[in-house]
Amino acid sequence: MDVELRIQRFDPETDQAPHWQSFTVPVEPMDRVLDVLTRAKEQFDGSITFRRSCAHGVCGSDALMINGRNRLACKLRVEQLGRTITVAPLPGLPVVKDLVVDMEGFFGKYRSVMPFLVAAEPEGSGERLQSAEQREVYDDTTKCILCAACTTSCPSFWAEPEYVGPAAIVNAHRFIFDSRDEAAHERLEILADEDGVWRCRTTFNCVEACPRGINITKAILEVSAAVGAR
Amino acid sequence: MARSTAPLPPRRTLKDYLAYRGGEGMVAWAFHRISGVAVWAFVLLHVLDIYFVGGNPQAYNELLKIYASPAGRMMETLLGAALFYHALNGMRIVVMDFWPALTAYHRTLWRIVWVLFFAIGIPGAYIILKPIWEVVR
Repeated sequence: MDVELRIQRFDPETDQAPHWQSFTVPVEPMDRVLDVLTRAKEQFDGSITFRRSCAHGVCGSDALMINGRNRLACKLRVEQLGRTITVAPLPGLPVVKDLVVDMEGFFGKYRSVMPFLVAAEPEGSGERLQSAEQREVYDDTTKCILCAACTTSCPSFWAEPEYVGPAAIVNAHRFIFDSRDEAAHERLEILADEDGVWRCRTTFNCVEACPRGINITKAILEVSAAVGAR
Repeated sequence: MARSTAPLPPRRTLKDYLAYRGGEGMVAWAFHRISGVAVWAFVLLHVLDIYFVGGNPQAYNELLKIYASPAGRMMETLLGAALFYHALNGMRIVVMDFWPALTAYHRTLWRIVWVLFFAIGIPGAYIILKPIWEVVR
């Protein structure tokens, strides 16, 4: 069967604004959108530009707005979409070329919440033990792959690009509620900022966009409660 | 010759916002904002009409006649709908704020909002609009 693949194109060297280009691409129902993009690039136009790396839903490189929703191109099958597939870059981030966005601001916000274990002296050569119950508290937020699908699906982020965004809060949650970590208070101070957790408007776009199934809004509200109680 | 290689800044038009196909949560949020702006607009009108009580009683009486007209009653019904939705959805958000685990049931909570909205709103709208039928008869 064939599908109509509509791609938002933008070449900074020749275009003033993005435009749409369509290709009729032969596909199998079990093909993923990433396969369709790759086929279009190989067979019709080698200049189509997009990111990909592992192609198996782990690296988070190929998050795109597909048929109006942020998803990973490598996890979405053609049979889930119908005969027209519309692909655009993640909304709210600067477009470098075609489907490639500038992720620097996104990763800057990620780094701003100290996404690493902060603990005093290493405890000799032993492990830092933790009970299953203690681990369970932040289990959901360990699954993030930093694809940016959540942050760029958030209307609060579209309206206020300074908002730290769901992905950074998820990664702060992962350490704030880790019993071995000692910098929760610093992270909560960072997120108490006007561009921190309070910009969440519980639209749940992030939860629906997350390819890892993280309940992001729950994590944000738990961090909000911790900020309020600090 | 190359124009520029700087990244294209994101556009933030209403069209861009509407291009995203959010789920129930996004629609609930959009209605919350729209109803909030509507209620705010009525509060401005309400400040004006209360000012007229002391400032210009004749204008106050005229304004109340407009409120009591069929068009005015339609407006009051829409105001009631906006106020009621905003209150109910606000409660939905507050409930999730206090118990984040309930975010897993945000769709169910939104459906409950609509059940309450219609179950209480339709009789309420009937009471406000009833005089229009009496005038027509």
